[in-house]
Amino acid sequence: MKRFSQLIQELELSNKTNDKIAALVSYFNEADDRDKPYVIAMFTGKKPKRPVNTSLIKQWAIELSGIPEWLFAESYSSVGDLSETIALVLPPAERNIDKPLHQWINELAQLNGKDDEAKKEYILDTWNSLNTQERFIFNKLISGNFRIGVSNKMLVNAIAKQSDEDSSKIMHSIMGKWQPDEITYLGLIEGAHVNTDNSWPYPFCLAYALETEPENLGDTTEWQAEWKWDGIRGQIVKRNDELFIWSRGEELVTDQFPELHFLKDELPNGVVLDGEILSIKDGKVQSFSTLQQRLNRKTINKSQLNDAPIGFFTYDILEFNGEDIRQEPLEKRRSTLENVIGGLVTKNIALLSPVINFKSWEQLATIRETAREINSEGIMLKKLSSTFHTGRKRGDWWKWKINPFTVDTVMIYAQKGSGRRANFFTDYTFAVRDGNKLITIAKAYSGLTDKEIKEVNSFVNKNAIEKFGPVRTVKPELVFEIAFEGIAESKRHKAGLALRFPRIARWRKDKKADEINTLDDLRQLLASTL
Amino acid sequence: MVVYIDMALIEFTNRGIYCKQGNFYIDPWHPVDYAVTTHGHADHVKWGNKNYLCHELTKPILKQRYALEDNVETLPYNKEIDINGVKLSLFPAGHVIGSSQIRLEYKGEICVVSGDYKVEYDGISTAFEPVKCHTFVSESTFGLPIYTWQAQQLIFDQIISWITDNNLKGKTSILVAYSLGKAQRLIKNLAGHYPIYVHNSIANLNEGFAGAGVQLPETIRITPEIKKDELQKGIVIIPPALADGRWVKNLQQPAIGVCSGWMAVRAGRRWRSADAGFALSDHADWPGLLEAIKATEAEKVFVTHGSTAVFAKYLNEIGISAEEVTTKYGAEDDDIIGESTENTVKEEIQ
Repeated sequence: MKRFSQLIQELELSNKTNDKIAALVSYFNEADDRDKPYVIAMFTGKKPKRPVNTSLIKQWAIELSGIPEWLFAESYSSVGDLSETIALVLPPAERNIDKPLHQWINELAQLNGKDDEAKKEYILDTWNSLNTQERFIFNKLISGNFRIGVSNKMLVNAIAKQSDEDSSKIMHSIMGKWQPDEITYLGLIEGAHVNTDNSWPYPFCLAYALETEPENLGDTTEWQAEWKWDGIRGQIVKRNDELFIWSRGEELVTDQFPELHFLKDELPNGVVLDGEILSIKDGKVQSFSTLQQRLNRKTINKSQLNDAPIGFFTYDILEFNGEDIRQEPLEKRRSTLENVIGGLVTKNIALLSPVINFKSWEQLATIRETAREINSEGIMLKKLSSTFHTGRKRGDWWKWKINPFTVDTVMIYAQKGSGRRANFFTDYTFAVRDGNKLITIAKAYSGLTDKEIKEVNSFVNKNAIEKFGPVRTVKPELVFEIAFEGIAESKRHKAGLALRFPRIARWRKDKKADEINTLDDLRQLLASTL
Repeated sequence: MVVYIDMALIEFTNRGIYCKQGNFYIDPWHPVDYAVTTHGHADHVKWGNKNYLCHELTKPILKQRYALEDNVETLPYNKEIDINGVKLSLFPAGHVIGSSQIRLEYKGEICVVSGDYKVEYDGISTAFEPVKCHTFVSESTFGLPIYTWQAQQLIFDQIISWITDNNLKGKTSILVAYSLGKAQRLIKNLAGHYPIYVHNSIANLNEGFAGAGVQLPETIRITPEIKKDELQKGIVIIPPALADGRWVKNLQQPAIGVCSGWMAVRAGRRWRSADAGFALSDHADWPGLLEAIKATEAEKVFVTHGSTAVFAKYLNEIGISAEEVTTKYGAEDDDIIGESTENTVKEEIQ
């Protein structure tokens, strides 16, 4: 595990993509071949079944370290990571053992089904045999949750570099279905499992935000305009009579959306569709908050099926007749797509995402202003000649979103961040005025520079009212402009409404707390968007 | 049995810690007539007091940093003097060279103000000595059980192997450390492997120490004449304020190693975005704080800076009566505050 531990340290110490790729390449050059598939599985979020639950692990750590629970909680809030907190508070190890990574993982897997006593004995014994950094990694292995800033793309690029193989082939391979204990590193690179596996999706083609005026894109006839939908980007794969639905998070979500299962019978084999999973009722796209009721649920009840029926707006077709057609121009793919969707017997569930007809950029800009009326986020511009490329590439595809809403708020609570920002107050709660009171309207944690965070942090330290726990109530003094994408009624929020995707637009040092917006302002906005 | 009369020897005022019976302040943050100084870091000593009393090895620091000389009285460790009937003596705090715990005694009542301290001997500051007292004033910079330091030799071994690795790869090893304390500790413990190049602010302090008889290994003051490839083959020590500066970026493949207790936690390492973090601290870790406090056998502990609320609450739970007090020492996120007022730090080296 020492080599893996070194890799983690190297990955954590640099913010530079090149350094991280270099660290990964040298790891894949040097590490035990048997460990590598496990590392790839972990970094791509393929989690094994969790052998021991978090509350037990925490309880044993508290017991062993002999500190009260509240002190453990304080420590956790300062560290920002449970695995690391446990690694740090435990008494020093009495011995040191080194086992290869895959052996640790397999030993942990064998704990499944054993009783708590046996699990406890194994975990405590291991803690007593590892140094702090190794303990941290061991705890991460238990949770299976390694978030260390390695994207799938970065990992794939590193493996491609190390193995001198094509990166999109590796992306296919690692996104497919495989088990780290059943495949070798070489087999994974070569994609040995992929041919027998019908599920694999293609890497998504992503767009950059349009930063200039659309006039700069040239002739309107070279472009296809579509609505940009606010749902779950997905791919529907039909091969060898099997149907798979992938979300952009590269998760297989087939079971969550039974409405789409008819495609198994109606789509021809060898077809992959790109599109947006949305809630569509009576032909109308519903808001994202409606769709949310249907996400990440193990079971779906009747009323959810009724209130938030699922539909799929197709954007593109990536495979047809079992052939990868991503290199064909969009224009040609679109006509293939129209034929495939036109051939479906069941109508109005899997639909063509409509193409917007426009004669001039000016006209398109006017149409774009109406996006919110149909629960769209704006417009997508795709070059008719464009291929379906891998990931983000500048030039062919642009998202031209409508401007966000904004509201001036005052900060009333601050909470310590996690990860890199664990020692700083970086998560803030904002309020608007409601008569003489302040009422919470949003929580946000991004959009400030490190320097501003330090400044806010020192304000919080000086103006905090209570001292325990992770949350501080602060003097309502700092005014922030919050940008958000939508507003909806909400019974769960005290304000009676909820903002969609709120984030800090800027710190309004020029404004005082009595100049912020009121709840009435937001209610009016809500009324105007209904 | 001692009859305990409520006659506090110290009180916490808005100027600093005040001893009424003796009519003097300890580490005041606003100017007073008579300031007893625990050590030379800028959050504990301010310019502008009429008179200073400190350990004899703190005097060169005051001279170096504040041009204070004529109005500074000194004491060695363990020597008692009388100020308005209060017996005062200094005991080593082990924090930096010259750092002292101030012991006060008046009519049998003993109070110790420890300033900043660490219990591990660092090879250069006189080793911490526990002092029995009724009232103990403690810091709690690292007052959470997540902070447990490794023995310093292990850390120095890691630093040396990091430097050796940098050396082979053509990288310049830059260690970030406070000019007062951490820098001397590194110099003392890393000497003999590679030539050590130090920033002006460190070289100046070292000269002051040499004048007071403190033996430090040889170092080279960084000047514009020194070639970058010489620096690449050596060890460069600079204060934190320079770490993000232009000078560092222009060195040959700079690799920055931050030496600070905050480096014990991953978030601390990533926040600084250093190439390496070494959890080397001049403050006591969690076991160190508890050990030091228990050794005083104090009936009352005042916690002045750091994780004050948490640490005081824990002490009360384990049966040691404790209270947090608000002072202007330390800074929650950064223990470099002591350096930031230093003029030399702000200047680029060239």
